[in-house]
Amino acid sequence: MREEGIRSILVNPNIATIQTDARMADKIHFLPVNPDFVTQIIEKERPDAILLGFGGQTALNCGVAISRAGVLSKYGVKVLGTQVKGIEITEDRQLFKDTMTEIGVACPRSKPAYSVDEARSVVKELGYPVIMRVAYTLGGRGGGVAHNARELDEIVQRGLNLSMAHQVLIEEYIGHWKQIEYEVMRDADDNGQIVCNMENVLSMRVHTGDNIVVAPSQTITNREYHMLRSLALKSARRCGIVGECNMQFALEPRSETYRAIEINARLSRSSALASKATGYPIAYIAAKICLGYSLTELKNKVTGVTTAMFEPSLDYCVLKMPRWDTKKFEGASRGIGTAMKSIGEVMAIGRGFEEAVQKASRMLNIRYDGVIRRLVEEDDLEVLKKRLRNPTDQIIFDVVEALMVGIPEEEVSRLSVIDPWFVSKLKNIVDAYRRVETSGREGVDRDPEVLSEAKRLGFSDKQVANAVDIDEDDVRAMRERMGITPKVKAIDTLAAEWPARTNYLYVTYSASADEAKPSEKRKVMVLGAGPYRIGSSVEFDWGTMNMAWALKESGKVDEVVVVNCNPETVSTDFDMSDRLYFEELTAERVLSIYEREKPLGAVLCVGGQTPNDLALELDKKGVRVMGTSADSIERAEDRERFAFLLDKIGIPQPAWGSFRSMKQARQFCDRVGYPVIVRPSHVLSGSAMRVIWGSRELESFLAKAAEVNPNYPVTISKFFEDAKEVEVDAVSDGETTVIGAIMEHVQKAGVHSGDAIMTIPTVSVSGEAKDKIRAYTRAIAKELGVRGPFNIQYLVVKDDVQVIECNLRASRSLPFVSKATGANLIKLAASVILGGSLAGMGDVAEPEQFAVKAPQFSFMQMEGADPTIGVEMRSTGEVACFGATLSEAMSRALIASGLRIPSKGDAGIILADESSDTSGARSMLEGFKSAGIDFVSNPETAASLGGAARAATVDEMLEMVGSGKAALVISLSTNLNKTRRDLYKVRRKAVELQVPFLTTVEEGMAVLLCARSPPKRLG
Amino acid sequence: MEKPEGSRPAFLLLEDGTLLLGTGFGAEATVVGELVFNTGMVGYPESMTDPSYSGQVLCFTYPLIGNYGVPSMEEKDVFGLPRYFESASVKVTGIVVQEHCARPSHWASVQTLSRWMEDQGVPGIEGVDTRALVTTIRERGVMMCALATGREPPSRRELKRLLERSARYDSVDYVKQVSVSRPAAYGISDKKMVVVDCGVKESIIRNMLGRGYSVVRVPFDSPYAEIMKHDPAGVIVSNGPGDPRLCAETVKATSRLVDSGVPVLGICLGEQVLGMSQGGETYKLKYGHRGQNKPVVETTSGRGYVTSQNHGYAVDPESLSKTELKPWFVNGDDRSVEGLFHVSKPAIAVQFHPEAAPGPYDTEFVFDRFAEMMLAQKKSAAGERVRSMKA
Repeated sequence: MREEGIRSILVNPNIATIQTDARMADKIHFLPVNPDFVTQIIEKERPDAILLGFGGQTALNCGVAISRAGVLSKYGVKVLGTQVKGIEITEDRQLFKDTMTEIGVACPRSKPAYSVDEARSVVKELGYPVIMRVAYTLGGRGGGVAHNARELDEIVQRGLNLSMAHQVLIEEYIGHWKQIEYEVMRDADDNGQIVCNMENVLSMRVHTGDNIVVAPSQTITNREYHMLRSLALKSARRCGIVGECNMQFALEPRSETYRAIEINARLSRSSALASKATGYPIAYIAAKICLGYSLTELKNKVTGVTTAMFEPSLDYCVLKMPRWDTKKFEGASRGIGTAMKSIGEVMAIGRGFEEAVQKASRMLNIRYDGVIRRLVEEDDLEVLKKRLRNPTDQIIFDVVEALMVGIPEEEVSRLSVIDPWFVSKLKNIVDAYRRVETSGREGVDRDPEVLSEAKRLGFSDKQVANAVDIDEDDVRAMRERMGITPKVKAIDTLAAEWPARTNYLYVTYSASADEAKPSEKRKVMVLGAGPYRIGSSVEFDWGTMNMAWALKESGKVDEVVVVNCNPETVSTDFDMSDRLYFEELTAERVLSIYEREKPLGAVLCVGGQTPNDLALELDKKGVRVMGTSADSIERAEDRERFAFLLDKIGIPQPAWGSFRSMKQARQFCDRVGYPVIVRPSHVLSGSAMRVIWGSRELESFLAKAAEVNPNYPVTISKFFEDAKEVEVDAVSDGETTVIGAIMEHVQKAGVHSGDAIMTIPTVSVSGEAKDKIRAYTRAIAKELGVRGPFNIQYLVVKDDVQVIECNLRASRSLPFVSKATGANLIKLAASVILGGSLAGMGDVAEPEQFAVKAPQFSFMQMEGADPTIGVEMRSTGEVACFGATLSEAMSRALIASGLRIPSKGDAGIILADESSDTSGARSMLEGFKSAGIDFVSNPETAASLGGAARAATVDEMLEMVGSGKAALVISLSTNLNKTRRDLYKVRRKAVELQVPFLTTVEEGMAVLLCARSPPKRLG
Repeated sequence: MEKPEGSRPAFLLLEDGTLLLGTGFGAEATVVGELVFNTGMVGYPESMTDPSYSGQVLCFTYPLIGNYGVPSMEEKDVFGLPRYFESASVKVTGIVVQEHCARPSHWASVQTLSRWMEDQGVPGIEGVDTRALVTTIRERGVMMCALATGREPPSRRELKRLLERSARYDSVDYVKQVSVSRPAAYGISDKKMVVVDCGVKESIIRNMLGRGYSVVRVPFDSPYAEIMKHDPAGVIVSNGPGDPRLCAETVKATSRLVDSGVPVLGICLGEQVLGMSQGGETYKLKYGHRGQNKPVVETTSGRGYVTSQNHGYAVDPESLSKTELKPWFVNGDDRSVEGLFHVSKPAIAVQFHPEAAPGPYDTEFVFDRFAEMMLAQKKSAAGERVRSMKA
């Protein structure tokens, strides 16, 4: 847009993303993307045109809504790209099917039935297997797949009973068909092309977002490829796509029969993947097309000379693997299917499938050395087979394990519904592993072919080391002696046919020649964060990019080399850095790139915990860790060392201890008193960390935790129920420390900082406490010799301040602080990292306006998960909004996170059990009552609240939720072990129906504040 | 396991002295050909049976080849043409891949790529850094190469000598080797047309049969009179291998066809022939256009199309100034001529492959255009007859 001299106004409340950085658009509104706010923005800004296809489903839905409401025509705002009429075809299931049928494109066949007899005659037409969907029940209850008449009768009968309309929809079942996708680019002159096609390894039965995806397709012929390609172009033409769209097909695995599944008339996760997989800048070209350019007028940015009107040719194999965090949700099913549950993804590039799949397994950062799990998880073959039939987030590893234990390939393929081609490739890996294993240390040492084959098939040195029981460094030494070293290849969109100016690189062992020779210039390597997951998300992409830019702009660095493997980021846009290695963030790979590029050093402090964890090892192997030293990082990360440090400089901290036996732990807890927080060292967003309320709970939890981490002692610290949590983001050069902001959590301590609502400036922290916080922050930075960004979390009770923890890297909240205060702390950090001094600089001034950050949860998508929050992080995203008053900022932020603020006449539900913290609940409810919002509660709670809420039965509450009468549900159950099943049902239903849902009194108070002062319109 | 039992060494010696080591598959043989590359990611059965690849060793840029095996050569489509192939046998001299798939997976597959090549007597080499090889070809241009596989392959010296002794690609009349020796008829429609077979791909014939024509496929050197005996509504001059300058007879016949107003469609080599028939000249591209992603822009409309291409020679646009031919399509990347139309006669040609196979079907309208030309010509011929009768 900017290249064309067009002023852009961006609406996005996602505070952490690099996309809302000041340099990305001319004006940014951190406001909810909903019809109300977008209408207000249009009224205020009077734009000439609007783009709906670049902000995912949220933006698309919002755009369609404001178009229907006549807002766009009223203000003369033109929709660029695909018009609303076209979007409507792709969004309305029936309209889509009708439209496709009209142009001769086949869709899944289906028919309704109102009786078992009718169902049987429908199946006569469709043939088995069929899938039944039951009309008008919640969450697809009562449906199922029938392979024969017996199953059909049973499911149909059950479905008819459940359905309010007494109807079941019978559709041909295509879960075992291949799932093939095409990314279509089309311009207003009807020039169309496919940027990339992709094949889903787990077939149709798993949502493409949760699928393992390869590009290009691997198992379909020229006829099939181009048949589907033509259909995609034809369909896009019919829908009037201008710009980009994604089209999904199901292809019968034993014929050329296909079904069109859907079109996404917008940039999607798949298009981001396609863009990274091919090097074709889809969003850029789509934007130009939206402005009226034709494909033939635009240039291929990678070559600079060839046209954008072409279809990229890949000379490598790309594999996307999702990252799930379902196990972080108590009660959540780990099964994967047609509803997406993954939170992030990685993309791996190899010359072969094996290399790519092994890389991807490591990139996930779930402590796997490759696609072979280190320990066999399931001895019982039947159980293993069941796991293949009912895939979970472990499916690919289960498949490999099945091959390891000798289940025949055909059976594995049949059970897992994975094409035999993929299974045979995985078998190659298993076979190579066995060869390494049987060769043993001496065999590997003697015969270079064994190691060379293993490396070609994507084995890490560590994986080989484990197989023959030696040290990773020994394997590396052997490899170097044998001259088995990785080569670097470029991604250039056209398979080397034209000379390209590409700096988009990957590493492979299936090559004899290197390309993209490193320059002799001054350069710095910056490591990104890897896959998005709970606790590590877009904020680290913001950090990586800002660091890359700041280094470049410092004038002291000529080139920035970025290493990352997450296709959803800006840091993996090939034109954002001087050099991009789309690679693993493992010590082995980082080291090989480091040795090749010979940079001044590596920046590990902006990519979150993943690069931070590599600091010690890389430092030992000769990498110059820029900024804070590896030893300092270790001193802050190691709880024991850090606690000693605090004691040494006299800074208070909650009583703590590190214990190796149950007895010691119990004695400690008895002494300091419950509750306590129990955790292992090196935690990432609180895995296995927990608040413990009594000795019995302590014992049962420790049994579990000890199993998880047998080599680590357990650290226990005193937990305060009524403390505030406050945190600080700052930058230090070792002497001078610049504090960016002090943030206050709305919830009491005990809620993970990633799940907390936060405000800048603080609202209720005393001046004295703040002075202490500043002083402690400076003292700790000095003692640790911090040279870069860091974050410290504090507990505050009145004027008393204690330290909880300290992270010597850019924190999750850094973009929030930087955007709220207007002071880019990463830029400051970059200057320190390059040797600059902060001497004479004061703390960043507190902003005049309020900034509120609010988490976004995905409980609805996590089937079965109990929607509670606590010391382990569970939110999957966040927003932040600004306002002249706290209530204005708060209500905008809460609305942006998906909440609806209740108003007079609404009803609410409050749930609590004997362990809940109900202090303050009564006055909160009285506040709601005076605002005209009445609450009901479970009887015991109602009794203890003395009339502030009316008692109601669970059924009554379920009905209120189901019928939409409940506008707010507050569930104060914090202790999972004592969670009552009946109250769980109410909670679960509330999140499934997306009723505003809160878990603390403080959040309730925040909502009450907003309810009392509804936000003013923009003006 | 990727490597079959008894894997054998293979050597690829390039004209510039580069020697690449790999593993052999397919037939055990030593062959010499021109080394070219194709950037398509699917369609090896179609490409390998495309007669235009005669005399060439084909390097696939996509690293995994053979994934879906090889379908049945016996299976025919509704017209009696091989359903999955572009001719009845493998036409490439040899292939070079990063990795061939020994255990394919596809419902239509009846054998592995390696087995098929073994039956067809065509060798392959894998384990070669094909991207590096493509870069070499891109920088130095296509060149001759010798490919040897077998348990006891020849020495480097022997290979070198073989390479030196062998005829150069440009000097061999491959068209003669791949054309039919006598006419062959397809279809029973009254609407009849002729295909001059310089190495025609079955899909060209398939496209015309599908449009309701019967087709007579005649030898490449059929004289004008011979062609006209079939009373064709139009004539396609087909694709084919080698230097178009070796196709003197075809050029001559095409010239007369154009002069006499018979609708002519040239495809690939056929375009070059049409160009030469009108006095145009051809030249050899440094490394050709071979792939399924090739952009062309229609000069008359500005529309862009993605096409399938396989050509090493092209019509020199400068040479067209003295002819009545104008560029119909130009290449979106290097602006080379990708199509021609005659300003006064019903003659058109495309350098790309509207029949796809392998590749995209986006330019099948070329056949429709040709069918329209044939229809229009028939109408105007009928009109003329009526007029002359009246006179």
